[in-house]
Amino acid sequence: MTVEQNGLSRRTALMKIAIAANVLVGAFLAIPIVGYLMSPIIRGRRSGYSRWLTLGPLSQFPAGQTRLATYRYPSVDPSDGQTADTACWVRHIDGEKFQVFAINCAHLGCPVRWFPQSGLFMCPCHGGAYYEDGSRASGPPERGLFTYNHRIENGQLMIEAGPLSTPGDAALIKISKAPCA
Amino acid sequence: MRLIQKVATWFDARLQIGSALRETMEHPVPKSTASWFYVFGSGALVIFGLQVVTGILLALLYVPSAAHAWDSLQVLNHDVTLGWFLRGLHGWGSNFMVAIVLLHMVQVFLFGAYKFPRELTWVIGIFLLLMTLGMAFTGQVLRFDQDAYWGLGIGASIASRVPVIGPFAVNLLLGGPIIAGATLSRFFAFHVFAIPALLIGLVSVHLLMVLKLGINEWPMPGRVVRRATYEKEYRELIEKDGAPFVPYAVWKDIFFAAILILCIAGCAAYFGPFGPTGRPDPTNIQAIPRPDYFFLWLYALLALLPPSLETPLLLIAPVFIIGGLLALPFVFGEGEKSWKRRPVAVISVLLIAVALGTFTHLSSYTPWSPIMDAWSSDPIPSQYLKGRHAVERQGALVFQQKQCHNCHSLGNEGGMRGPALDTVALRLTSDQLIRQVIQGGGNMPAYGKNLSPPQTTALVAFLETLKPSGQSPALNASDSLATTPAPENPPAGHP
Repeated sequence: MTVEQNGLSRRTALMKIAIAANVLVGAFLAIPIVGYLMSPIIRGRRSGYSRWLTLGPLSQFPAGQTRLATYRYPSVDPSDGQTADTACWVRHIDGEKFQVFAINCAHLGCPVRWFPQSGLFMCPCHGGAYYEDGSRASGPPERGLFTYNHRIENGQLMIEAGPLSTPGDAALIKISKAPCA
Repeated sequence: MRLIQKVATWFDARLQIGSALRETMEHPVPKSTASWFYVFGSGALVIFGLQVVTGILLALLYVPSAAHAWDSLQVLNHDVTLGWFLRGLHGWGSNFMVAIVLLHMVQVFLFGAYKFPRELTWVIGIFLLLMTLGMAFTGQVLRFDQDAYWGLGIGASIASRVPVIGPFAVNLLLGGPIIAGATLSRFFAFHVFAIPALLIGLVSVHLLMVLKLGINEWPMPGRVVRRATYEKEYRELIEKDGAPFVPYAVWKDIFFAAILILCIAGCAAYFGPFGPTGRPDPTNIQAIPRPDYFFLWLYALLALLPPSLETPLLLIAPVFIIGGLLALPFVFGEGEKSWKRRPVAVISVLLIAVALGTFTHLSSYTPWSPIMDAWSSDPIPSQYLKGRHAVERQGALVFQQKQCHNCHSLGNEGGMRGPALDTVALRLTSDQLIRQVIQGGGNMPAYGKNLSPPQTTALVAFLETLKPSGQSPALNASDSLATTPAPENPPAGHP
């Protein structure tokens, strides 16, 4: 009787230890798995997703006009294809004064279009509109267009290309690191 | 025949599922449930099967790479024998699936089937609904075209609004900083592995519970559910008025399955597959992204909500809606099942249906969006130009050239973002028109910086002519006081 009980309890204890071992192994295994899943965040924090790149010579952007410029996102994976191509609006005010706007509406990210006739950016999705300086004109957006950091270097217009502009990460854009060029 | 019998016996001796299968098929159901109202659940299951099969067939050729997905869809549409039809089946299957799952849910709700003891069946059903919508959205992303690309942008923008973790949620959703290769890959993994696996598991439990707890009987007004007595009453009902599921009730399910598949195949053959629309090229900004029909209501809601309400509502409303649906069977687990005694339930369903229908309808012509090419494609009706003097006609030119027509219609052509201007001169005086044009307001941009004084003068002169002939224009009541009134004039402000 007691032997049987002992045997049973020993086996129960062994089973519990075995289960505990599995929990431990599982927890160990969870660390790399979670790390792998979080890689889009970790990668962004470590090296930053922002890079300075050129949009081309200043002569491409006549003063007083707003023009579409395109660039290829710098860290491209082989499977990105066309999606790594990105567009932005460049407004050359005059002299060396520029504004570079993200293509994405500050409401929900649809591509805004510039209309020189009415001097407005209009969004095709939910009717957002912005003035030529990117400030909100009407519609659902709560703020003006997102802007890129930019500078002029050797006659080239440089911008700091970063993550997709979304209404929530305005704070994140502010803490993006200084240019490392 | 003998051989078949022998083979069957051989297998059953090893598998030992024959008797269990027979028991399941012939389990008694209340005769009242052999109804055409009870076919939606099995209908959803049948379409799910169709989606699995067509999905696997499409995966034979689909390339889940942002660089190649669009091209592989073109190959499926145009080069592969009947590839277009398979895509049509899968796409229309998804539309039917969402519709049938919703019908199933409405039927279950109106028949009180979520009440004791079937609370958990309902709760799992809610998760199945969410997963069905998840499949619909991820499936739309796999059709990697312009709509998919910008739809992802909208999804990311919504996710980004979650406080604190928003930006990280965007990175996780997109698999990186931008919508690109990693994004499509992870949506492929969700659509093809993760969600279907969960769906199969939960559907199995859902079905098992229907078998174990019995199908909900046809609700009779006055037959009230009580936790203490319901199970006994249900057993008695089945003993008294039950019939084996096969074939008594199942023939309607089988017929409905055939009708459904036929309808889906018919739509696939007649309307063809969905898209893909233009290439997922972010530099092509001529895109006008639209979600698939089951998310059109949300698209409208996002345009019509006041901006300040949008983020709170987007983040809080889903919690309340899903929480409310999950809590429903626990709060209203007893009581009347019949819709004839549940007016609030019926009105709720009608209200939700009308609201979703209205929003969906609005999304079909998006009155909140400027019509981007109205200024160059919709002419001003000729009756608004005949007999006008030069300044007024110049104003009509300004109206077109400054794209007023994109937001304001004339003669039912042009945008609907702002009010139609056919009779604007009856509503606004010339001073008010000048103010409105220059300063904007009421959701209209200010055009002061963009119009020269002569342009403004001409535009307002044109707008002042926009009224039915014979009616006097809007008057400023104080005008006649400011200028010396002639004694014979009628009192100011007279209509």
